[in-house]
Amino acid sequence: MSDYNFAYLDEQTKRMIRRAILKALAIPGYQVPFASREMPMPYGWGTGGVQLTAACLVPDDRLKVIDQGADDTTNAVSIRAFFQRTAGVAVTTATTQATVIQTRHRIPETPLTDGQILIYQVPIPEPLRFLEPRETETRRMHALEEYGLMHVKLYEDIARHGQIATSYAYPVKVEGRYVMDPSPIPKFDNPKLSDNPAIQLFGAGREQRIYALPPWTQVVSLDFDDHPFVASKADHACDLCGARDSYLDEVVTDDVGSRMFVCSDTDHCTTRRDAGHTGRLAEVAA
Amino acid sequence: MTPLLSVRDLERRYGPRIGCTGVSFDLWPGEVLGIVGESGSGKSTLLSCLAGQQRPDAGTVTYDGRDVLAMAESDRRRLARTEWAHVHQHARDGLRMGVSAGANVGERLMATGHRHYGDIRAAALDWLGRVEIAGDRIDDRPSSFSGGMQQRLQIARNLVTGPRLVFMDEPTGGLDVSVQARLLDLLRGLVRDMGLSVIIVTHDLAVVRLLADRLMVMTGGRVVEQGLTDQVLDDPQHAYTQLLVSSVLQV
Amino acid sequence: MIAVENLSKSFVLHNQGGAVITVMAGAALHVDPGECVGLTGQSGSGKSTLMRMIHGNYRVCGGSIRIAGVELAGAEPRAVMALRRDTLGYVSQFLRVLPRVPTVQVVAEPLRALGVAQEVAQARAECLLWRLNIPRRLWSLSPTTFSGGEQQRVNIARGFVHPFPVLLLDEPTASLDAQNRAVVLSLIHEAKARGAAILGIFHDAEARDAVCDRLVDVTGFTPARAT
Repeated sequence: MSDYNFAYLDEQTKRMIRRAILKALAIPGYQVPFASREMPMPYGWGTGGVQLTAACLVPDDRLKVIDQGADDTTNAVSIRAFFQRTAGVAVTTATTQATVIQTRHRIPETPLTDGQILIYQVPIPEPLRFLEPRETETRRMHALEEYGLMHVKLYEDIARHGQIATSYAYPVKVEGRYVMDPSPIPKFDNPKLSDNPAIQLFGAGREQRIYALPPWTQVVSLDFDDHPFVASKADHACDLCGARDSYLDEVVTDDVGSRMFVCSDTDHCTTRRDAGHTGRLAEVAA
Repeated sequence: MTPLLSVRDLERRYGPRIGCTGVSFDLWPGEVLGIVGESGSGKSTLLSCLAGQQRPDAGTVTYDGRDVLAMAESDRRRLARTEWAHVHQHARDGLRMGVSAGANVGERLMATGHRHYGDIRAAALDWLGRVEIAGDRIDDRPSSFSGGMQQRLQIARNLVTGPRLVFMDEPTGGLDVSVQARLLDLLRGLVRDMGLSVIIVTHDLAVVRLLADRLMVMTGGRVVEQGLTDQVLDDPQHAYTQLLVSSVLQV
Repeated sequence: MIAVENLSKSFVLHNQGGAVITVMAGAALHVDPGECVGLTGQSGSGKSTLMRMIHGNYRVCGGSIRIAGVELAGAEPRAVMALRRDTLGYVSQFLRVLPRVPTVQVVAEPLRALGVAQEVAQARAECLLWRLNIPRRLWSLSPTTFSGGEQQRVNIARGFVHPFPVLLLDEPTASLDAQNRAVVLSLIHEAKARGAAILGIFHDAEARDAVCDRLVDVTGFTPARAT
């Protein structure tokens, strides 16, 4: 513990990040530049989220880290271990117990509550990037609220696939003002962004941007009148816990094409199974 | 009736060099104004000052009673995607090469708040037809189009919002002669049917003879002569215009 | 309808040592509604120059040209444009059109410019093409490939498609056979009957005598050339 400052980053850096967070909270959906630091992990492994977590943690926090909804994948385990070692904070896998949750590509199924902070790892914060590569131009487009281009992307989807095929990182409009990339969460999670009692922070380390949704912010997924937004998921129940309303991962179980659908949110699935819910393959898995 | 666009004493300098200076004219609704001159005569500088891509150092530009240079950038850009259109010499500068023809045409509609996919697609299809692009190419990217088709797509993309003022920069440059004629005919029909006011910059006197009502001749950043197109071409007054007209190769 | 007074014209050739060539001085004529006036004079005497000045192709250097009350000397381009659109028709010797535009559209264009509906304009254009014996199979083709006589008739159809109150005709019957010449002459008679003021150049003496009420010799308007 004495080898590191609390939560790895020095206090000046954390102040800088907190200032960026406050600004981001004051202007929901607006991308605030910040001086992203080198972290002891490669870009793409969540350096933006880790810096936000480091800046938010206090000693009596309880941290949960998930990667694609799971608490037990490499990325989640590593980051959790990192903060156990550098901040000495308590950790948990239970969504209800956590005060700070760092996530990659999911929002927990269990509704968040007042006082919790959800921190997203963001690879590319700029939703306009793929259609307009010039940063000078995208910033101007945000400033002047010129968002026609976002619908061009959705138009292309429908023209090509007959429907809006964008299934993750689905663009949203925040409080009727800024268009925002919600990080690569499945569009199934998009409705949870809106009117959420928790604070939601988004950090892009390589791109050096922080943005945020303060509690109870209105977030609307972009769509067309005749092609409305649908928060879709695989049309199955969880094969372990039987949940029909949670986001599912498809898992190929052998080399002859057998597959199963399981909750991507491991905490949600475990909690349900502990409560006695079972799915199609619950016994096989056990 | 009042002029749609009034320009007074416009000047743009690049350091000590003159881009254009002392340019004044009125453009009336439904009028096509040609600006001719050689490379470096200041005609392109003038056009980009008028279209808001460059800020002039002096002078005024009034559009429909509004001071364009005093306008907030957001208002000016809103004008640029609703009431104005800009057809670039190189279609690549005016098109989004990475999205389909339909999306290219629909973009201005979506940028002005249209949110009904079916309507946007129908409008795109209608406009592709008007510029003689087959409807079954609607989902193809412009990179698969010929130069003439790209140019027509650019025109469709610009005119879909029913603009009042169109800036054109060498719209037929780089096209085959046969393709040029078709494009000019198309433009002339659209100008007439939509009552467009057009400022067209070109070095091709044949193009302005067929398209422009009025002509402005520029050299060295200054307008040396302006008037009715056939008057300027048939009875040029200024030494430079006489040289320009007499230099055209006859076929 | 056409009133020319004390008109003069000179060209300054800046690229040939600033030579000043005066081609006309003291020109005067008038044409009343329903009247056809023919310009005469030798080749090079300035008939075409005068026509072009009245049409507005050439700038007026001195004097005045008034057409239907509009002064051409120093007129704003858009005033001249409006005059040409509504009032002043011109049949030149040369057909100048966009390549690849069908003949019927070329002829209908003056009406379309006036805002006449496509179908109406096209019907009137077809009627004139029919009268002028342009074969129907050519109507959808561009006139740029036509013979001289056919091009001339397309030009005439274009000039007569709208009942212009003032018409300028530059050699309208040249290179036409007797049958088509008769059609053109009857078109001119009809225009006179509806009150059009017509100014024309007719080399063909027979045609000239058939339609012209008066003749004006432009030789008198040409200043003696300095040799």
